Amino acid sequence: MIEVIAILALFMLVGAIVAVETSHLLFAVISVGAVGFLAAIAFLLLGAPDVAIVQIGVEVITLVILIRATIGRDATSAVGQRKLVGTVTAVTFVAAIGLFGLQGLSDFPAFGMSVMDRIADAPSNTYLQDGLADTGAPNIVTAVLLDFRAYDTLGEATVLFCAVLGTLAILRRKARVAPSPNEHKEDSE
Amino acid sequence: MNRDPSDQGMGEIVRTVARWLRGFILAYGIYVVLHGHITPGGGFEGGIVIACVFILLTLAGGQDLGLSFFSRRAALSFISVGGLLFLALAWMGMWWAGGAFLQNFIGTSEEARFSLFSAGTIPILNIGLGLKVASSLFLVFTVLAAFRIDAASEKPEEEGSGS
Repeated sequence: MIEVIAILALFMLVGAIVAVETSHLLFAVISVGAVGFLAAIAFLLLGAPDVAIVQIGVEVITLVILIRATIGRDATSAVGQRKLVGTVTAVTFVAAIGLFGLQGLSDFPAFGMSVMDRIADAPSNTYLQDGLADTGAPNIVTAVLLDFRAYDTLGEATVLFCAVLGTLAILRRKARVAPSPNEHKEDSE
Repeated sequence: MNRDPSDQGMGEIVRTVARWLRGFILAYGIYVVLHGHITPGGGFEGGIVIACVFILLTLAGGQDLGLSFFSRRAALSFISVGGLLFLALAWMGMWWAGGAFLQNFIGTSEEARFSLFSAGTIPILNIGLGLKVASSLFLVFTVLAAFRIDAASEKPEEEGSGS
């Protein structure tokens, strides 16, 4: 199992490097999509089908939006040299975050073991043992999301609402200089 | 009409396949939302699948086709309905059942487990979330797509508007 995950991670790395290095925007978008779908397969193999479904769905929508934004543009390739300052800053940040990450990794339990297993009265054990009896939902993920931790889900829904509000406020049509000739009647808001 | 060619949708084949598939994908999305407490999935997952149906219709048949199935006004209303359903259940747990905010006040009996009508408020919260996520994603998609089409229509020398 861990070899398969390692191969998937290797492909994801290759896709990410291609996305950064290629000068063709469409290639970059497709590479990002490949990374996302490989991540979905990795989630599925790690026993998280809920996250895998979300990953696939969000990846499809993101890809569609990105490809729509890329195709038909006048400039289909990224031109210009990278600035040295930007590269140095990025590498420094990645190195610092990587160092902290490695330090955190040394505290992790072995692969496949729960992080919460090291603490005797961790909440995750309660969720697993009493989740079905307390909530009546056999899917423990949903039981946690919508019963034990429903307050977090309410916060997520609020974040989504704010994102939609922000998108509508920024991309609204009323403030555009030249009104488009093809107005829909639903666009009045 | 200097509309972007991509707004006219794709070819007849793509449109026909989209017309065949839309019901199945919609049914799958609704299944994932309704069975979120039994099988993997839930409001977020099913909502994304439902949003994908209308995004598929928009891509295959142009924006008018997508908006004819799910107008922006309807999407805005569904966002509010989903959010208010979630909040109403949360307050009902507090005031009507006299418990805590977001308490699962309906409860489920031993023999009702693993059936569709179980797990108390969780399926209803899932439906609210599903409505909200589906309409939010579709609304953001249509707004972003329309924004790009507007930007293209300001430049009349863009490629011809042949299908």
